[in-house]
Amino acid sequence: MSKTHVTAKVNGDAVEFLCDPRETLLDVLRDRLGLTGAKEGCGTGDCGACSVTVDGRLVCSCLMLGVEAEGKEIGTVEGIADGETLHPLQKKFIEYAALQCGICTPGILIAAKSLLEKNPDPTETEVRYWLAGNLCRCTGYDKIIRAVMDTAAEMREAS
Amino acid sequence: MALDSSKTTDFKYVGTRPDRPDGLDKVTGRAKFGADATAPGMLFAAIKRSPHAHAKILKIDASKALAMDGVKAVVTRADFAEGLTGETWNVLENVMAGETALYDGHAVAAVAATSALIARDAMKAIEVEYELLPHVTDVDKAMAADAPVIRAGAADASVPEGLHPNVVRYYESGHGDVEAGFAEADLVIEDHFTTEATHQGYIEPHACLGTLGADGKGELWCCTQGHWNVQKLCAAMLGIETSQLRVTASEIGGGFGGKTTIFIEPVALALSRKANRPVKLVMTRAEVFRASGPTSSTSMDVKIGMKSDGTITAAQGTFRLQGGAFPGGPCEMTAMCAFAPYNLTNVHQVGYDVMTNRPKQAAYRAPGSPMAAFAVESVIDELCNQLGLDPFEVRLKNASREGTRASFGPKWPRIGLVETLEAARAHPHYTAPLKEGQGRGISCGFWFNHGGETSVSLAMSEDGSAQIMVGTPDIGGSRASMALMAAEVLGIPYENIRCTIADTSSLGYNEISHGSRVTYASGLATIKAAEAAVEELCRRAAAKWDIPEEAVYWEDGYAKPSGPNAGDHAPLHITELTADMGATGGPINGHFEATPEGAGVSFATHIVDAEVDPETGATKVVRYTVVQDAGKAIHPTYVEGQFQGGAAQGIGWALNEEYIYGEDGRLQNAGFLDYRIPVASDLPFIDTVIVEVPNPGHPFGVRGVGETSICPPLAAIANAVSNAVGVRMRQLPMRPSRVLEALESKDG
Repeated sequence: MSKTHVTAKVNGDAVEFLCDPRETLLDVLRDRLGLTGAKEGCGTGDCGACSVTVDGRLVCSCLMLGVEAEGKEIGTVEGIADGETLHPLQKKFIEYAALQCGICTPGILIAAKSLLEKNPDPTETEVRYWLAGNLCRCTGYDKIIRAVMDTAAEMREAS
Repeated sequence: MALDSSKTTDFKYVGTRPDRPDGLDKVTGRAKFGADATAPGMLFAAIKRSPHAHAKILKIDASKALAMDGVKAVVTRADFAEGLTGETWNVLENVMAGETALYDGHAVAAVAATSALIARDAMKAIEVEYELLPHVTDVDKAMAADAPVIRAGAADASVPEGLHPNVVRYYESGHGDVEAGFAEADLVIEDHFTTEATHQGYIEPHACLGTLGADGKGELWCCTQGHWNVQKLCAAMLGIETSQLRVTASEIGGGFGGKTTIFIEPVALALSRKANRPVKLVMTRAEVFRASGPTSSTSMDVKIGMKSDGTITAAQGTFRLQGGAFPGGPCEMTAMCAFAPYNLTNVHQVGYDVMTNRPKQAAYRAPGSPMAAFAVESVIDELCNQLGLDPFEVRLKNASREGTRASFGPKWPRIGLVETLEAARAHPHYTAPLKEGQGRGISCGFWFNHGGETSVSLAMSEDGSAQIMVGTPDIGGSRASMALMAAEVLGIPYENIRCTIADTSSLGYNEISHGSRVTYASGLATIKAAEAAVEELCRRAAAKWDIPEEAVYWEDGYAKPSGPNAGDHAPLHITELTADMGATGGPINGHFEATPEGAGVSFATHIVDAEVDPETGATKVVRYTVVQDAGKAIHPTYVEGQFQGGAAQGIGWALNEEYIYGEDGRLQNAGFLDYRIPVASDLPFIDTVIVEVPNPGHPFGVRGVGETSICPPLAAIANAVSNAVGVRMRQLPMRPSRVLEALESKDG
C-alpha cells in the first residue's frame, strides 16, 4: 500500500514522515519517529498507556491514525520536562514512588498534566475518575493519586 | 576474619526512603521496555494461532505468505529441537503446537517480514487445516469420566489409580484424625467454593528482539522476570549451547509471575536464524490473554469443625486446580497454604492438578494461595458468625506460632502471624462504624517465600563509589533496595552506588525474580558481596599500616585500627583505599554465589469494608487495610507499594476479573474492556501497616513481601460482601449478577 506524507509538530518540533494509512499515531511515534515513551498496552483504547495530547486534547494515540496527525501539534511524555528541569508531576511521581514498573507512567503523566491544566484544584474523586482510563496494575493507584493531588497543591501555591 | 554485618536495629541507610534509581528514566519516557528495542535490519514477526479449543493440525500451508513481498521466513514446530523431555518439552509444546492445537490461541506457525503490517497480513495468509476434537475447559467437567482426554500419559506417579487421565498430579498431606476432630466440634461447616481463572494483567505485553546466526550464537532482549531461565529454555529449544545465547532483560512492565516463563522468545530466535536478520516479536493484548499464562481456576471443598469457645477441632480441604493444557496447576501450594495460618491437631488437605483446553497456567503472585484462603477463611467467618464469636479472637486462639506444627508438616520457625493479627485488631479501621449496606471482612493469608540460586558481583571504583551487578530483574524497586543494603555494609551513601541488572554473559546464574525472593536472596548476596569488598579494603589498610589484617575493622566507610595495640593510625576513608587500589593489589571487588534457604515465610491480615448497591448488585470497596510482616522493610515505601498492589489485584479477582469461555471453548473476553481490572475510580486509598518480625535467615531480617499481599483479599472481600448482604458468597468473582442472585435468594 502506498504511503502518505504527513507534516506535524511533536513536542514543538516540526516532523515529517511517510506512513501507511493503517498505521496508528502510536505506531508512527514509536516506529517512525523513535519516540518510545508512549506505550502500547492494549491497542484498543482501554489502558491509556499510549496517552498523548493532540492540539492540547488528551487522546489514546493507538486509536488515532498517523495520517490524521497532519497539521496537528502532538505532545508526548518526552516533551513535558523543560530541559533538565522536570515537570512538577514528574518530580512528585519519583518522590511518592507513584510508579513501580513504570510502563503506565508516561500515559498517566500526560493524562494528569491534562487534568491539572483544566482543573488546577481537583478533588480526590475527580482525579480518580479522570485517570480511570489509565490502567496501572502495580500500585493500586494509591501513591499515584497522592502524587497528583500534592502536585496540584504545589502548583497552585507556586502560581 | 569473616566479616558479619548482621543486625536488625540501628540502621543508617536501610529503612530510609530515597528516590529510585530508575525514576528519572521512567518519568521521562526513556526507560527501555521490551518493545522499545530496535536493531539495524530488523524484521517484525507475527504468530498464527489456533481458533479452536482442541484440534488436530492436519496441514500448514505457508506458500501464499512466503510469496508476499517483504516476507522473509516462516517457522513451524519443525524448526525447533526434537527430543526434549519434561517441562522443557511442555514449554516448547506451548510455545509452538506440535500435532495438536490444545487451546484457543495456541501458536501453530509464525512469520517474519520487513514491516509489522506485512507480517500481520502474511500471518493471515498462512492456511491451516484442522480436524476438530472434543474439548473441555471446566475443571470439574475435565475430571468427569466422560471428559475428553487432553493428552494421555501426562499424569505423573503421584496420581492414584482410577482417576481421569486429565488429573496429572495429586497431593495429600495432614496429621491427626480429622473424623475424630469433627466429632469433638460443636459446629461443623462444609462448603463448596469456586474461583475463576484470572490474568496477572501486566500492562506491558510480552516483547522481544532476537538475533541468532547459523554459528549458533545469539542475542536476545526481552521483558522477563528471569533471563537465565529464558537462556536455558531457548537454547534447548533451538538446539544451541546455553552459553552461546546472551539474554538481556529489558525494563519489565509488570510480571506478577506471568513473565517467569517464555511464550514468544524462541519463535523470534527461530525466525531470526532462518531469515538471518534480527527479529522483533510483540504480543497484542488479545494474544496476552489468549496465549500467555493466566492463573488456575478452582473448585474447592472445605470442612472445618469448631468448639463453641472458638477452638478449631479439625479441618479438611479438597482443592481442584485447572492448569490449562499442561501439568502445572499449583495444587500442592493451594493445599499447603490453605490451613497454614492455624495450629491444628487434626488436618487433612488434598490437591488435584487438572488439564483442560485452556492456555498453560503460569505463576500469579503466591500461586494457588489466594484461592485456598478464600475457601478456608470464608468457612471460618461463617463459623464465627454462627457461633457469635469475634473473628480476631478466633484467629488468635488458633494461630500458628513459633514451634507449632504447620498443617503441611514442619515446625514453624519465628513467624509473625500473631503480630499482624494484633496490629490489625488495634487498627482504628476495625472499630470504625459501618454504614447501611456495608459489611466488614477480615482474612489471614500465608506465603512460603523462596531463596533460590543467586549470584551478585560488586565492584569498587577508584573514586570510592560502587557498582553492583545483580541477576534478578527489578520488578518492584529492588535496585534501590540492593543499593541501600550495600550502602549499609560499605558505609557510603546510597547515591554513590549504582545497581544494574546484568545480562546472562556478565554474571553467574540467577534464578527468576519469583517467590518474593529478590530482596531476600539477591539482598543477602549483595550484603555478602559488600562484606567481601570490605574485607579486602581492610586488608589494604592493614598493609598500609603494616599491621595484621585482624587488627583492622570497618566502620561507617572507614578502616580503623581495632585498638591501642594496633597502633596509632588515623582512620582511612574508603576513597583513600580505592584511589590507589591498582597499585596496592589490584581492583577491589566482592562477589557471592549461593542458594540461600533461609527465606522467612510471611503472613498477613487484611481488613475490608465493602458496600453493596442493592439495586445493581455492584460492590464498592470503601476501606481497605493491609497488615503484613515484612521481616525488615529495606525501603518502606516500596514495601507499602507491594502491599497496595497485591490488595488491588485481589480486589479485581474478587469482584470483576474472570476468563469467560464459550461453549465453543473460545475465550470470550480477551481484552481490557471485557476483562475489567480495577481502575482508579474503583478503589479507595489502601492503608498499610508494616509489621517487622525479623527473619533469622537474612542478615538484616528481610522476608519477601511481594506475594503475601494477594493471599487474604479474596477471602476478606468475600467475607465483607457476605456480611453486607447476609448471604455467604461462595463463587468468585462476585459480579453484580451474582450478588443480586444472592440478595434475591435471601428475599425469596
